[in-house]
Amino acid sequence: MCTSFKGELLTGTHNFGTAPTRATTAADTFKAALYLATATINASTTAYTTTGEVSGTGYTAGGVTVTFGTAPSTSGTTAFVTPSASITYSSVTLSTAFDCVLIYNSTQSNKAVSVHTFGSQTVTAGTFTLTMPVNDASTGLIRLA
Amino acid sequence: MMITTTKGDMEESLLQKSEGSLENDKEIISWVEYRLDDELVHRSVHVVLKQSVAADGVAAAIG
Repeated sequence: MCTSFKGELLTGTHNFGTAPTRATTAADTFKAALYLATATINASTTAYTTTGEVSGTGYTAGGVTVTFGTAPSTSGTTAFVTPSASITYSSVTLSTAFDCVLIYNSTQSNKAVSVHTFGSQTVTAGTFTLTMPVNDASTGLIRLA
Repeated sequence: MMITTTKGDMEESLLQKSEGSLENDKEIISWVEYRLDDELVHRSVHVVLKQSVAADGVAAAIG
């Protein structure tokens, strides 16, 4: 497979189907929602759902906006893109254990992008920060190899 | 330094502080907790992802 094609998949250049029709050249908006350790969120998830999402003081359903300040890139035969800033939930109380974040496309009907798990956590009147891996072909958050 | 707690902002010196961290192949997790008379009043967590585990499945499918 052509590496350039992989990179172009990350920028919505190709469309083998009939939808969606992209009416703008602007980047989509992506968001990150947190899910309880008991939730079933995985590679089969197709879109953001409130089922199993965390709730608590300071947390807004749907989560927070993810910043993709760096355009998708390729290296070797891998295309990759990673949020350019940490994902931060400030001044929240999340008393029930959570261990998963869903990144989804809020511009495209909340369609799911990727699921990332971590050790189960709670937060009390504090901040939950998710710092991204290095943005390269080996560790980038979203990679097409 | 003032700390945000379940009881409002409090001076750090009035609280008992504890910190911890763990590291594995996927992540580095660190946390800080403050207690007031053994009651947890603040807990913040920082997770550093080392790599995207979920994306590996995508890589295998498309490669």
